[in-house]
Amino acid sequence: MTTRIEDTRAAGLGLAPCWSCKGPVASQALFCHTCGAIQPPGQADHFRRLGVEPAFDIDLDVIEKRYLGFQRAIHPDRFAAKPAKERALAEAQAVSLNEAYETLKDPLRRAAYLLGLKGLGAAIDKDETMRDPELLMEAMEAREALGEAGSVAAVEALQVKAGADALNILSELAKAFARDDLPLANRLTTKLKYLRKYLEETRARRVALEQN
Amino acid sequence: MLLQIHEPGETPEPHARERGTAIGIDLGTTNTVVAVVDGEQPEVLRDPAGDGLIPSVVALLEDRVVVGRAAQALRAKHPHRVVGSIKRLMGRGIHDVKALAGVLPYKIAATGESVGMVRLDIAGRSVTPIEISAEILKAVKARAEAALGLDVTQAVVTVPAYFDDAARGATKDAAKLAGLDVLRLVNEPTAAALAYGLDSGAEGVYAIYDLGGGTFDISLLRLQKGVFQVLATGGDAALGGDDFDHVLAEWAIKQAGISNLDSAGAASLLLAARAAKEALTGSERAQLAVTLGGRKFELEIGRVEFEAMIAPLIQRTIQACRQVLSDAGAAPKEVQGVVLVGGSTRVPAVRRKVEEFFGKPPLSDINPDEVVAIGAALQAKALTRGSDTLLLDVIPLSLGIETMGGIVEKVIERNTPIPVAKAQEFTTYQDGQTGMLVHVVQGERETVEACRSLGRFELHGIPPMVAGAARIQVTYAVDADGLLTVSAVEKTTGVKAEIAVKPSYGLSDAEMADMLRDSLVHARDDMERRLLIEARVEAERVLLALDAALRADGALLQPEERSKIDAAIARARAAIAGTDRDAINAAIDLLDRETHPFAQRRMDRAIAQALRGQSLDEVEASMATDPAPEHGQPKRGATAS
Repeated sequence: MTTRIEDTRAAGLGLAPCWSCKGPVASQALFCHTCGAIQPPGQADHFRRLGVEPAFDIDLDVIEKRYLGFQRAIHPDRFAAKPAKERALAEAQAVSLNEAYETLKDPLRRAAYLLGLKGLGAAIDKDETMRDPELLMEAMEAREALGEAGSVAAVEALQVKAGADALNILSELAKAFARDDLPLANRLTTKLKYLRKYLEETRARRVALEQN
Repeated sequence: MLLQIHEPGETPEPHARERGTAIGIDLGTTNTVVAVVDGEQPEVLRDPAGDGLIPSVVALLEDRVVVGRAAQALRAKHPHRVVGSIKRLMGRGIHDVKALAGVLPYKIAATGESVGMVRLDIAGRSVTPIEISAEILKAVKARAEAALGLDVTQAVVTVPAYFDDAARGATKDAAKLAGLDVLRLVNEPTAAALAYGLDSGAEGVYAIYDLGGGTFDISLLRLQKGVFQVLATGGDAALGGDDFDHVLAEWAIKQAGISNLDSAGAASLLLAARAAKEALTGSERAQLAVTLGGRKFELEIGRVEFEAMIAPLIQRTIQACRQVLSDAGAAPKEVQGVVLVGGSTRVPAVRRKVEEFFGKPPLSDINPDEVVAIGAALQAKALTRGSDTLLLDVIPLSLGIETMGGIVEKVIERNTPIPVAKAQEFTTYQDGQTGMLVHVVQGERETVEACRSLGRFELHGIPPMVAGAARIQVTYAVDADGLLTVSAVEKTTGVKAEIAVKPSYGLSDAEMADMLRDSLVHARDDMERRLLIEARVEAERVLLALDAALRADGALLQPEERSKIDAAIARARAAIAGTDRDAINAAIDLLDRETHPFAQRRMDRAIAQALRGQSLDEVEASMATDPAPEHGQPKRGATAS
């Protein structure tokens, strides 16, 4: 089929033709309201896919409820007995939904994604800390302390401290996003990322000590 | 969707996926169990003696193949022709098997190749583990067909959650070879949870501790309102009750000073060890009696001694439990209940350690040998006849790609919900580089050697550019069965590599085709008939969608336009009733042309209404004059905006 000017216009209005009955359907609808066919996932950002406004401070219970509700409707298991085209669309929908849910439920990934939406994509770059001498210093000191911790109790103390630090950063991050202070949010996100990695290392260290 | 509207018997040719009853199969290392939901309740299919367990043992005799208890009985007579515990070799390569050398009572065929799936040498015949597993599945299929009195062509097959991609692919291939269409591969612990959830309507976080003959799985699931969400999964694909037998057998060898054990002797000793292990479940002391080379050995062992021997093995399972809790960010006390699965959880020391770790007595009201098959049957029913429950599973092991210096870059982290697709960009490291090797690995470690190689392929035809200028996007996609597909594209030029990942430990398509030809199970599979069914299904879909559209927006048509469309519909219906695939396709093409202006008018009206400032909801409400389509998917206004 050739593209008509009207089709482009329709897309601008959030309308697309249903692949099955060819009638108009909202581009973000999961199913066609006329013929009931499952639709392709479309291009929505992760927030809109789960029906919330893009923001750092979101209600995770709502996210979870929507996720499970949408999964009930579009999970590939619901389409196992259907023709290949519908099975493929269900799989594509589930992939997009999982990606959205996995991104939003984790505050670090949510923050990085939100920064990306706002045009600051640097937060998840690997070299970010190298440009922040203060953060680099902190990270080095923390690693040194972990290297010296020789007992489970000592590692646990570091874990507790790092956990508390992470909680603090989260609340600061929420405030920074609320004020739309993006440079600060960016910096805090990087900090959180390194703290998360450090916490993983403490866990590994603890397991190693426990096994000895 | 289409066939749900037909009364049984009304459809001339049901779609292949709609036909018949689907069974649930727990294809175990030691035993295989098959169950089905024929009415409402799942039921394990048993032999006339009431036994639901089919030993996963295959005897490849010169003139026939014997499976199960009968094969077990042939062990003494034909030690070299009887194979058990084949699951341990599914998707395994030569290198993996070296690690198990001496443990497995098989002769490995020398293929002269260092890659590829391991082959067994059975009385001079070279056989893959896939073919052996297929024999077990054929026996299962026969049992189900006898019990149900109809053809069985569809199944849900369970695999250990910790099975890697190669082992999953091998399992699916085995089913195909046995003439079974796998509706879904389901992780064993998830299946077990499904079996429990149905009875109790449980809510909260549950741990499923599954210690089978050859594999150990631990999964953490959250149950809420019929949704089974796997939070994290872990385990050990080479740890199970068989290892308890080996520990006991080794002890006996030392104790009795047994030497020169041949493979028949090893098999008898292992059987005696297993009997002793099982006896120790109920009593404090047991006899390990075996006759080797005419000499009779009788040893006595106490439970305390046995428990000391297997303590390190049980400790490994507890360590995995700890890791899974840590992955899910949960503490042992947050776990509402622990479900025991697998025959090896009958060992009292296992129960005690699990109870100690989680701080609560484990649940085992459903027979641990049968619970997985029951869950598989429930899932088979859900996939064919619908259900209120839903399984949301995860990938058990991270999937990565080899980068410079043999370092693994993870593309998809373990415990990510499936299906999932992730893309990453790579670039060239040399000026003028025109190809790139993509090496796909699975595992948690940082170096390629420490991970499992799943396959490699090369992207060719990258136009020469300076180093770092090419943008090669590699996409990993894992489907709902946990199976991986990898693709690569150079983004500045659009050069694509459409690859089937060459499985390092699987079968090539050619090998698979040969086996299918040999097995003749698909001889009756008529390609033309299949295509006809597909054409009909597609045509029915078009008619149904059009019917819904006409009911909603039929007013947009002039009477003469409507009668033209009606004539085209009648022609399509007539074609569907016939057996000419081309006629069906032609009728649908015509229908498509005749309804094209109708479709445009529907779109135009929606655009006009939207432009007049009506919200989309109003537009939809005005268009949907009929309350709901009667057929197919329920009407849903769920949008993400």
